[in-house]
Amino acid sequence: MLFPSILFKNEDDIKRQPVEESAFFSDLNLNQIIDSITAGKEEYNLNPFFYTALRAVETVYYRHEVMRDMENETLMEQIKVFAERMASVRRNLELVEKLDFNYHKKGWFLEATRVYCDAVTDLAHNLSQVNLKSRGLLAFREYVTGYVKSHGFQSLLAEGTGVKDGLADLQYCVIVQSGKFSVQRYDGEADYSAKVENIFEKFRQGAVKDYRVDLHKRSGMNHIEAKILDFVSRLYPEQFAVLDLFCADHNQFMDPAISTFDREIQFYVAYLEFVSNIKRKGLTFCYPQVSTTNRELYNDAGFDLALAHSLACPEMPVVCNDFFLREPERIIVVSGPNQGGKTTFARTFGQLHYLASLGCPVPGRKAQLFLYDRIFTHFEREENIHNLRGKLQDDLVRIHNILTRATSNSILIVNEMFVSTSLKDAVFLNKAIMARVIELDLLCVSVTFIDELTSLSEKTVSMVSTVAPENPAERTFKIVRKPADGMAYALSIAKKYRLTYEQIKERIKL
Amino acid sequence: MKVFLMYPDQDFNLKQSLPPNEASLTQDLELNTIFAAMALGDEFLFEVAKQTILSSLDAPDVISYRQEILKDCLKNPTIVREIYSIPIEVSKSKRQHWIGFSLRHPGGILNRSIAMLQLFIDPLKRLRRIADEHAEKFNSEGFTRFFALIRQELSDDYFTVVENHLKQLRFRSGVLISVQLGKGNEGVNYVLRKPNRLDNHWLKRVFAKKAPVYSFTLPSSDYRGASVLGELKDRGVNLVANALAQSTDHINSFLSMLRVELAFYIGSLNLSEQLIQQGGTITIPKPVPACERRHSFTGLYDAALALTMKQKVVGNDVSADNKDVAVITGANQGGKSTFLRSIGVAQLMMQCGMFVPAELFSANLCRGLFTHFKREEDASMESGKFAEELGRMSTIVDAIRPDALVLFNESFAATNEREGSEIAWQILRALLERRIKVFFVTHLYALARRAYDKKMENAIFLRAARQQDGRRTFKLSEAEPLQTSYGVDVYNKVWETDISNGLSSGSITSEA
Repeated sequence: MLFPSILFKNEDDIKRQPVEESAFFSDLNLNQIIDSITAGKEEYNLNPFFYTALRAVETVYYRHEVMRDMENETLMEQIKVFAERMASVRRNLELVEKLDFNYHKKGWFLEATRVYCDAVTDLAHNLSQVNLKSRGLLAFREYVTGYVKSHGFQSLLAEGTGVKDGLADLQYCVIVQSGKFSVQRYDGEADYSAKVENIFEKFRQGAVKDYRVDLHKRSGMNHIEAKILDFVSRLYPEQFAVLDLFCADHNQFMDPAISTFDREIQFYVAYLEFVSNIKRKGLTFCYPQVSTTNRELYNDAGFDLALAHSLACPEMPVVCNDFFLREPERIIVVSGPNQGGKTTFARTFGQLHYLASLGCPVPGRKAQLFLYDRIFTHFEREENIHNLRGKLQDDLVRIHNILTRATSNSILIVNEMFVSTSLKDAVFLNKAIMARVIELDLLCVSVTFIDELTSLSEKTVSMVSTVAPENPAERTFKIVRKPADGMAYALSIAKKYRLTYEQIKERIKL
Repeated sequence: MKVFLMYPDQDFNLKQSLPPNEASLTQDLELNTIFAAMALGDEFLFEVAKQTILSSLDAPDVISYRQEILKDCLKNPTIVREIYSIPIEVSKSKRQHWIGFSLRHPGGILNRSIAMLQLFIDPLKRLRRIADEHAEKFNSEGFTRFFALIRQELSDDYFTVVENHLKQLRFRSGVLISVQLGKGNEGVNYVLRKPNRLDNHWLKRVFAKKAPVYSFTLPSSDYRGASVLGELKDRGVNLVANALAQSTDHINSFLSMLRVELAFYIGSLNLSEQLIQQGGTITIPKPVPACERRHSFTGLYDAALALTMKQKVVGNDVSADNKDVAVITGANQGGKSTFLRSIGVAQLMMQCGMFVPAELFSANLCRGLFTHFKREEDASMESGKFAEELGRMSTIVDAIRPDALVLFNESFAATNEREGSEIAWQILRALLERRIKVFFVTHLYALARRAYDKKMENAIFLRAARQQDGRRTFKLSEAEPLQTSYGVDVYNKVWETDISNGLSSGSITSEA
């Protein structure tokens, strides 16, 4: 039986190429997000998965199903145990390649097969105990159950156990003297450490520091240890003959489908681990509805995932924002005070769509998002001295490139375009560009300081960054849907410090 | 073995975190002067004094546990100081004796532990002799338990057994280790073994089939091999080295706990001797539970001031039982701040089990002490002075809980009187309704008057008194708030002038 992939619904998807890491990745801080998600999981090479946006709604939902199953903490823990063991198998096999002494190599090969058998057996058993709903995991469960019952796997398991038990039972003695050692069978000599420990027990109460030196750090064997092992194999020849035979019989023991699953399931593990850290800050995620046709979008309590992740301190609040677009709305124009969270809002919009196209849960309580063909961003660029065109021209060239490649299924995020020119020019150019965006029927978020852009057509929606009423200098980072304005508020200073009679009574609990 | 001289059932933790407002407390109450008097130049005593005084106890039984021990110390200062010298001498000779033992190898750990244990034996014997000779002079539960422990655990017989084993553990004639095969056929479960006594079984040995033995002698040039053998030996002695090292640690920590836990009492002795020498009195205070309201004392004085002036200072008598708030008004430099400090310091001293600088003192325990004192300078340039005051107040509100005690010293005066009084009144009212006890020194007449006119039964109004001639007595007495704080007097003193203020002198005469 064949098991294709826990990530892709059909063969076509598998063949899709990862997107090249283009400008929008860094503009939306997606590279930060993906780097954090895959950090520590380099051995799985997960980046290609996170750089491959899906086009088929069907595959997005295929992943949602698996992701929901994986949210079961029991299953997640079991998959992690499986992954750790598989990693350990790989490390052991790499080790075998590097070792010098015959029975040392064979010992580690045996170890690798033991861990592999445990990993697969437990996984099959655990999956059978979990209530699975996803098509992906159900199919995999069927596969692994069959594999565990197969003759090849069963003989690997049984023979390995026999060899290991035989070796583990051996006990021998080494007598160390200066410049000399002897090896002999163990003959019931008494434990001397226990005796000494007993005498000093009185003085060890509550001892916390462990002085036992970890003498096992270096895996490996030097010539003395190899010599001792050689003596041991002469003391117990039968047990070592069985080991020789086992190694010869099970040269290639790993199943390719199991290895593939081990890698691909890490896509879900990595994302959910990343998300669970952020959830601890009280933020929520949801499975978005996605569509390639419906452009009525919404997202409640969304937030910038890169920002939420980078706020090291869990008490630092992450501001959530809502948005919605109803027919015929396509373009959100964000204006308002600086440092008010406008760019963050724009990034959030882009991140939501990108993450949705990976088949992942997205920030927020609920969401309906668009399964785009491409995302474009136009953010401020550093002046480049090698670029002789000048900043304004450079901006225009970039937006021109974007608009020639964009289709009506694309998403465009614009952040403060043409700031380097005069206000009059900026208004003119921005209006001209927005007209083209409207004509193309693009989904677009545009951050701007130009109020006129907020009411260009029935397709535009105005959203404004706001300030705290009691202190205009303090930003709330809330972006709300309302006409552009610049209201400021003032309130008594004690109230700001939450020191009125009512506020103090509220703050101190009896 | 536990010292338990600070708590009946737990170690004193020198590293425990201090209340978040420790810096304010230290500054506002001039605690460094107290700490320094307790330390007499010893950094360690300073640290312990600071740690103890700033981390108040909540439990009345722990406070009385310490008070009893303190009484023993005040009665037997010489013996207590002698005990304190033991851990100090040990730590000195430790520093002289072992630098250079490697802790990376069990062999090194073993040798170091043997040397250390031998060094501990004499001081421990000395400690036992003190216990034998002086135990009956001590009455407190803490010292009684401590001396009994020493006599029980550290017998001469036990010392002999230990010393014998220390000799055997040098392994002069080789190490026998049993091993098993672990992962990768690498050796595991290294167990140190006592060789079977051959002579017991000589008959058996003659008839038994000789077991095979494989031996290998290293060529003399194989230094690498020799060091591998050393490592093997290390595996064998790993556990015994651990047992000895942990024993060493335990005795070591016993001795350092002895030092830490006695340090508080040594500091208390130091402070009491200085205060008494200057003619001051000390008393063991009577705490009552935090839910009650009590503050009654006679001759309570500011120890920091006495230490700074190196003389006896004026004490105050107040009876403020069943009061939630004390509003203190009156003359500038009339002793209001000093009084407020003496309240705070006495509270901290009482709640760490110390004596209090007074003739008699009784107060309820508080769950957290907070100070909000007028600051001369604003550290941050960004916020105005009033904003800074409110910021500090907000920090206090974040941390405060019912049954706390707050000392306000001329707070909220950095704006005009009307606004300052209004904000202060709102804060005061909210705190009282949240069962927080307040001492409020203020020049805000509107505030003091408003509180007075309410005729609150749970409030007491104290005033810094002034003689007819304008001299201050530094004594506080119960009296209603006055419109002025005699700033003119201070002005006159500084400028050596004699400007009079009709309003203030008028009201004094009418009051008197």
